[in-house]
Amino acid sequence: MSGVTIRAVTKRYGDNAPVLTGIDLAIQDREFMVLVGPSGCGKSTLLRMIAGLEEITSGTISIGDRVVNDVPPKDRDIAMVFQSYALYPHMSVRENLEFGMKLRKTPRAEMDRLVAEAARILGIEEYLARRPKELSGGQRQRVALGRAIVRKPAVFLFDEPLSNLDAKLRVQMRAEIKKLQHRLQVTSVYVTHDQVEAMTMGHRIAIMHQGKLQQVGTPLEVYERPSNLFVANFIGTPPMNFVRATVGDGGTSLQARGFVLPAPAACREALAARAGKIVVAGIRPENVVDASRSTRGATAPLELVADLVETLGDEVVVHGRQGEDEIAFKMDPHNPPELGARVPVQLEIDRLHLFDAETEQRIND
Amino acid sequence: MARSRRDQELPHAPLHVFLGLATLVTVYPVLWVVSIAFSGRQTLAIADVPSDPTFLQRLRAVVPWPQQWSTANFTSVMTDQPFGRWVLNSVVVAIFTTLLGIFLSCTAAYAFSRFKFPGRRAGMMSFLISQMFPGVLTLIPLYIIMVQVLGLGNSRLGMIIVYAATSIPFSVWMLKGYFDTIPKELEEAAIIEGASAGTIFWRIVLPLAKPAVAITALFSFMTSWNEFILAATFMDKEDMYTAPVGLRFFVGGFSQQWGYFAAGSIIVSIPVVVLFLYLQKYLVSGLTAGSVKG
Ligand SMILES: Nc1ncnc2c1ncn2[C@@H]1O[C@H](COP(=O)(O)OP(=O)(O)OP(=O)(O)O)[C@@H](O)[C@H]1O
Ligand SMILES: [Mg+2]
Repeated sequence: MSGVTIRAVTKRYGDNAPVLTGIDLAIQDREFMVLVGPSGCGKSTLLRMIAGLEEITSGTISIGDRVVNDVPPKDRDIAMVFQSYALYPHMSVRENLEFGMKLRKTPRAEMDRLVAEAARILGIEEYLARRPKELSGGQRQRVALGRAIVRKPAVFLFDEPLSNLDAKLRVQMRAEIKKLQHRLQVTSVYVTHDQVEAMTMGHRIAIMHQGKLQQVGTPLEVYERPSNLFVANFIGTPPMNFVRATVGDGGTSLQARGFVLPAPAACREALAARAGKIVVAGIRPENVVDASRSTRGATAPLELVADLVETLGDEVVVHGRQGEDEIAFKMDPHNPPELGARVPVQLEIDRLHLFDAETEQRIND
Repeated sequence: MARSRRDQELPHAPLHVFLGLATLVTVYPVLWVVSIAFSGRQTLAIADVPSDPTFLQRLRAVVPWPQQWSTANFTSVMTDQPFGRWVLNSVVVAIFTTLLGIFLSCTAAYAFSRFKFPGRRAGMMSFLISQMFPGVLTLIPLYIIMVQVLGLGNSRLGMIIVYAATSIPFSVWMLKGYFDTIPKELEEAAIIEGASAGTIFWRIVLPLAKPAVAITALFSFMTSWNEFILAATFMDKEDMYTAPVGLRFFVGGFSQQWGYFAAGSIIVSIPVVVLFLYLQKYLVSGLTAGSVKG
């Protein structure tokens, strides 16, 4: 009933170059959609246009079946949670929660019920009489969530709500927000620049870069089938390895600077058309497998020189080098290679991601 | 630890003597006025000095302690003299100046802080420039406008308008600076919750700007309370005098009633002192602006 539909939306401030161009995005009812991208890509701007805090330069935004371009924020049936919490410092937690309801002339009994319910869900019952400045960051964030909940909106909008919290609390609140959304079943749009947050929280994620939507899909989809180099690089830690290679032998081999890989069987056809051209081959660290682990599908052997070893506890990340190309991979933490040692690995060829070097778009499907 | 060691090293006694002396120098003129006010006499001198004074007599003459204590100056300045009436004029003028000035300054400063409109920069600049000239410069144009054109000579309303207008530039700068530090997201949160511009201004921005409003109000009150030149020009009927003009009346051309002058001065300074004490908590937080944080 209350999806958010964004059609051909652009945004431009004054006469400057547009900040957003041609955004098309359909957010389903009850969906948790995460907008993710590097700083300055325009994700907050898009969210604020949904909220009605920014004008829409062109295109339309609908909430439910209603185009809301000219609807003031208060009539859009949304609630927004800000990065800085934006709690009213001179009001108690209870007054903060009640502020909007008082403006909407909610009856006292109803107001008390909603506040009590939100406070119980968020575990802030003890703090209702306190001022925001007497709360910790996590507690303030909960109050900000509470203010959104009591509104009973059709859509929740979150603008980097966790980025002021420390790492541990962030992980905890991440899970809480996700559970909350599941429990309340309210369509949510969540902005973050943290790809881990995006992957873990979203039903679907929309990756943005330089004012354009790069890819929209479930976390697994964008992880396994990044549609361009930017997405491939942005999603995943440690990031995907990239090797520039020339398509050789009529599309059956990829000739990198220091080694040759067989092309994945599935995309030989697509590569045949590009014989002699340059492509970028991407492979995720977990698809570069050392002798201690088993492989899946076709593989190609490669010998890497260990340049740097990072211990994560459950595994080590080895930054290996082959000629001028750097390839990171993961190994068992108990016998990491010496620096400078040669490590034989197998590349899972079927997991190669191939991108056109010029257009940066994905080649294989 | 380092602190306490330094405490031991710094000799306390000489420091206290020095600070005591410095304080004495600062309050000496005030003490002198207090002595005259409570002396019950009209002379500037604290004690009578014979024509051939001894050292002790000279010393006595500069010790700010009246020869005998009397509140006669206070009672007669309020009863025999029209000073009560003048203080009342001042109270009315200062209070309404403050109310009017603060209301206009707050609303104007908020607009300057939050909205973009043609003339915004020019407006702020002209406010700033108006502060670069001494106030007397506007005396003649103000006189022409207020007295000759509007016929508001010898009227409290006239004084209120003049004072409010002259205090607005400073107040607007002061308040705009503070409004600028109030996070915009607070207002955006309120907009989403359905607050109108008026609600946001009255219920969110103004309460948060209390410290700044308090000092600006104090400033506004004090300038109109203390102002002399404009008041002396516009209020030439004796019963429309404000307190500063009235004080001057006691020691004007023909009279030398220093006792009344001193008593009047003390009466006049009481409201300012009280206001200062009352607004103290805001003064501290208002001067450390930017203290509004989620
Ligand atoms: N009021 C404005 N006037 C002009 N340009 C603006 C304005 N607000 C934002 N921009 C520009 O729009 C672009 C997108 O800004 P936006 O705040 O949406 O980025 P973001 O993706 O949310 O980044 P971050 O992760 O840093 O919050 C930026 O390049 C910014 O400089
Ligand atoms: Mg942002």
